[in-house]
Amino acid sequence: MTEEDSSAKMSEDVKRYLKLDPRSAAASEPPPAAALANKSRNFKSFEPPCPDHVLENVLENVLQFLTSRCDRNAVSLVCKSWWRVESQTRFEVFIGNCYSLSPARLTHRFKRVRSLVLKGKPRFADFNLMPPNWGAQFAPWVVATAKAYPWLEKVHLKRMLVTDDDLALLADSFPGFKDLTLVCCEGFGTSGIAVVANKCRQLRVLDLLESEVTDDEVDWISCFPAGETHLESLSFDCVESPINFKALEGLVVRSPFLKKLRTNRFVSLEELHRLMVRAPQLTSLGTGSFSPDNVPQGAQEPDYAAAFRACKSISCLSGFRELTPEYLPAISPVCANLTSLNFSYANISPDMLKPIIRNCHNIRVFWALDSICDEGLQAVAATCKELRELRVFPFDPREDSEGPISGVGLQAISEGCRKLESILYFCQRMTNGAVTAMSENCPQLTVFRLCIMGRHRPDHVTGKPMDDGFGAIVKNCKKLTRLAVSGLLTDEAFSYIGEYGKLIRTLSVAFAGNSDKALRYVLEGCPKLQKLEIRDSPFGDAGLRSGMHRYCNMRFVWLSSCALSRGCCRDVAHALPNVVVEVFGSDDDYDDTVIVDYVETMYLYRSLDGPRKDAPKFVTIL
Amino acid sequence: MEKVGDYDELVNLKATELRLGLPGTEEETVPCGKSNKRALPDDTEKEIESTGKTETASPPKAQIVGWPPVRSYRKNSIQTKKNESEGQGNYVKVSMDGAPYLRKIDLTVYKKYPELMKSLENMFKFSVGEYSEREGYKGSDFVPTYEDKDGDWMLVGDVPWEMFVSSCKRLRIMKGSEVKGLGCGV
Repeated sequence: MTEEDSSAKMSEDVKRYLKLDPRSAAASEPPPAAALANKSRNFKSFEPPCPDHVLENVLENVLQFLTSRCDRNAVSLVCKSWWRVESQTRFEVFIGNCYSLSPARLTHRFKRVRSLVLKGKPRFADFNLMPPNWGAQFAPWVVATAKAYPWLEKVHLKRMLVTDDDLALLADSFPGFKDLTLVCCEGFGTSGIAVVANKCRQLRVLDLLESEVTDDEVDWISCFPAGETHLESLSFDCVESPINFKALEGLVVRSPFLKKLRTNRFVSLEELHRLMVRAPQLTSLGTGSFSPDNVPQGAQEPDYAAAFRACKSISCLSGFRELTPEYLPAISPVCANLTSLNFSYANISPDMLKPIIRNCHNIRVFWALDSICDEGLQAVAATCKELRELRVFPFDPREDSEGPISGVGLQAISEGCRKLESILYFCQRMTNGAVTAMSENCPQLTVFRLCIMGRHRPDHVTGKPMDDGFGAIVKNCKKLTRLAVSGLLTDEAFSYIGEYGKLIRTLSVAFAGNSDKALRYVLEGCPKLQKLEIRDSPFGDAGLRSGMHRYCNMRFVWLSSCALSRGCCRDVAHALPNVVVEVFGSDDDYDDTVIVDYVETMYLYRSLDGPRKDAPKFVTIL
Repeated sequence: MEKVGDYDELVNLKATELRLGLPGTEEETVPCGKSNKRALPDDTEKEIESTGKTETASPPKAQIVGWPPVRSYRKNSIQTKKNESEGQGNYVKVSMDGAPYLRKIDLTVYKKYPELMKSLENMFKFSVGEYSEREGYKGSDFVPTYEDKDGDWMLVGDVPWEMFVSSCKRLRIMKGSEVKGLGCGV
């Protein structure tokens, strides 16, 4: 909310109680009766408001400035009056688990929602640990919000099931709709996208990120209406189907506000060049395949470096889906301005990386494949002093593949990039020494996710468990909020986490620990823990019971392939009425009539509205 | 580097495979599939791992579901590149006049012209007419052409199949008037 908006609101103070926020594109409708019932004054006759309501009035205007949901949650707990006022002034609602409440509860409490963030499936669903059709449908939400918030502008979904019908309803119901972001979603296709493109005339953002989009063979790019668009961001790098390039070019030409464009791998280097020439104002570019269509014939080849030079504002580069290495140097003109570089789909060797990275002094976010090797990481460490976030993914994501990176690279990064805040690092071997070095060199770390791909791998130099390394991380990185552990870990590692991990909100565990004590350390020791996901670890009923006092204050707990019994899960469900306990297997071959005591997967989460009604057959809610 | 999940390898080494399970029980080995295997820590496994190498000391492990935790979207993107770089398949672009976008097909999938034609017809929803050596394609507005290594545009079907597959760089299904000048004999 900007200051201009607030002052506009203040002068419209009186009118506000009679109709909607005047800034929305939607028509004015009287606010729902519930909001009016709180106010006994009648503005039409211009009577001054009574004193009790002056406070609410003032409060409303003050609360416009509160955007953080934590602050708003705190405000809403002061008293009933503050709760009411906060409900009326919350325009952005964040729902971390779509099953923690029903859509009806949302629309009942918050009357003026303009922006909705919804998250569905838990993260382990990304790794095939959850059967398909488990849930997290967007449908009930779009139906409810279509009725309650015709002025809705923004929808941001993560790990939800979205159908083409849902998208069609969205496009039909919200005339002022501006921003659709779908992250890790599925269930829809290019026909759904086409409807959004066509009907949402105020659209500014259409970002499809890491989602599965079915190829319905619809030319969705051509479905954007003619004339100038409001598009500021268009990301379709995850759409695995060809697009009508001519239409895309035409769209870019008539989108003067376009700042972010992320194309898919069906856009060749020549085509990318054409787009860049037409949109030199871009700040963020997803480069598509970065491979030419045709074998170049001498002087006919476009001057790619010139195109990059002309795009003076580019600060974020990604794509490179089918990189032809000879063309990589073309990006050199923008390197000095880059703050974000994503090479994580390109098989880039250290020699390819070094000439590029040595100019990237301003990089803050760097994603790459481990093909850059320890040597590449050393080059990053030497230059990228402003690095805040590093992610290194495996080129060959198997347990026993060659591991081109190790503790050497990790240590180099820790020594060179002292401002590092977030790291995701996949490797085959690691040492406690390197992890400890990072804990000492990078005190700003808030996210530390290390994945040693071989299960139960100890320190490859000393042969000892990785307890000390992770212990150093939780002890020294005092701002740590997210931790993912791996390698050979005993209960001792978890005792460190419980003792020092006082700010940890998310913890991810796989193939670790010796006994229930480990789980107990964490549940008893980490007061801020919200999201706990554990797989294939020897934690059982005693461990689960030790967290009974915590589950109402957590977003979710996931335990799969551990040692839980159905009886214990049922006990938890009965003891905690506000917590939903789901139990299911990893495939749906389970015979309904046979009750197996062993629990393959337990997923529990707090919920205000009880168990969901849309659970598939293979899910048992205890 | 041997591929994990190679079925023959696993069958041979099954007798010495170290795993947790009752004797006589069978484990399904489904690479990256919906296998339900759990791997609980096992002392003997640990000993072997602490030597740092798994290739020589123990048989290749069957894939565990969802491990390492890399999203399948990412895995698939990189896998596509691996296949193409290994020279599998011969992908060429196919455009049709009037259609909004290109498709890509793998020529190595087909053994002769009629198969290719049928596939193109299905893909672009048209029909190609009768081919004759002397007169080219008759009975349809659409004519399949291709660009060969020398940059010349030729009628599909004029040269023997193998020669076509090795020299074809891209396909274009031309329409109507542009077709003149092609297919006029040898």
